Amino acid sequence: MKTLNNFTKGIIKENPVLVLVLGTCPTLATSTSVINALGMGAAATIVLFFSNILISALRKVIPDKVRIPCYIVLIAGLVTAVQMLVKAYAPALDESLGIYLPLIVVNCIILGRAEMFASKNKIFDSAVDALGMGLGFTLALFLMATIREVFGNGTFCGLEIPVLSDNKISIMTMAPGGFLVFGLLIAAVNKFGKHKPKKSEFGCAGCPQAEICSKAGCADVKEAAEND
Amino acid sequence: MTNLIIILLSAVFINNYVLAKFLGICPFLGVSKKLNSAVGMSVAVIFVMLMATAVTWPIQHFLLDPHDLGYLQTIVFILVIAALVQLVEIVLKRYIPALHKSLGVYLPLITTNCAVLGVTILNISENYTFIEAMVNSLGSGLGFMLAMVMFSGVRSTIEGSDIPKSFKGLPITLIAAAITSLSFMGFGGVIENLFA
Repeated sequence: MKTLNNFTKGIIKENPVLVLVLGTCPTLATSTSVINALGMGAAATIVLFFSNILISALRKVIPDKVRIPCYIVLIAGLVTAVQMLVKAYAPALDESLGIYLPLIVVNCIILGRAEMFASKNKIFDSAVDALGMGLGFTLALFLMATIREVFGNGTFCGLEIPVLSDNKISIMTMAPGGFLVFGLLIAAVNKFGKHKPKKSEFGCAGCPQAEICSKAGCADVKEAAEND
Repeated sequence: MTNLIIILLSAVFINNYVLAKFLGICPFLGVSKKLNSAVGMSVAVIFVMLMATAVTWPIQHFLLDPHDLGYLQTIVFILVIAALVQLVEIVLKRYIPALHKSLGVYLPLITTNCAVLGVTILNISENYTFIEAMVNSLGSGLGFMLAMVMFSGVRSTIEGSDIPKSFKGLPITLIAAAITSLSFMGFGGVIENLFA
């Protein structure tokens, strides 16, 4: 039961993108088409999966004081491996993701999960958590990309949609459309989502920006840190 | 010279890191609430971007490329940036305490800012010379600052206005960013024709 909860919480209740608003850069940048979004989601999920497993396995070996640099090196190594695989087997995807592929290294979701979950839990739980969070990230990207591609380009995964492809709103696939769709989606989640997760339970403590960040939950982390 | 001006202006206006390339969105959303912290953060970002470029460009061209180690780029760059930020912090603390006091809080946060890693990687992939790379970094940093400062103004106005409950906070900020980004698209094509 707990395993199931670990898996599903990342998908809806604590969706890393729409509820916790982490990893915004790749979300906005790669959601111009569904294929790109799925590629980015898959790449980040693979990195997250292996980084969670490795960090969980090494949690007793890594000294507490230098844990963040250790995590960054591990994650950077995994990202490089994924980057080489994508270059070899999906060069078209590598072309369209461009700079955002190496930038998975600084994706807050991955470092956040390492700090908040993998460094405290067993290997199996960490792997399940990574899969759930990765899936949640991919789903959010997929949702945004679907909206942007269908309205902005009149296609879905490259397939033309009859009426819409003649009436493109091309601004949707450009930068402003990304901000707009993301803003509307978060507003929708605020409106219909019942559960409000505490950010301090998630990644904000792992985010180096937590202390001066003014996003809703980050202030809690700051207060908690001050009370310690 | 014209070439350098074009690189600088297009990095600030056309390819604005925040509004067109979506790099550094986290600090943009998190720290742009007050003018003071927006300026502090931006100055620290400009500083680190310049330092990081000054170090990573020679590493790529004189160390990694001659030995066919190009694939180590990501690991080496992130480590160099992290070490550099720590070093800068220690040096500032010891010798220029006044500057450390105003930039100090922002420096450690920048290690995992994707704009910094992004600018170093882009400088390499765009095949810039060292001078061009430095100018591009400066322009990108200034563009980041422009977006942050503009936005701190927009946000303080939004704070006081009556908006639907579910749009409060982040959603309205993102929608305001969409409109700002739209207006920045108007700069496209202007700069190439400036010197024609």
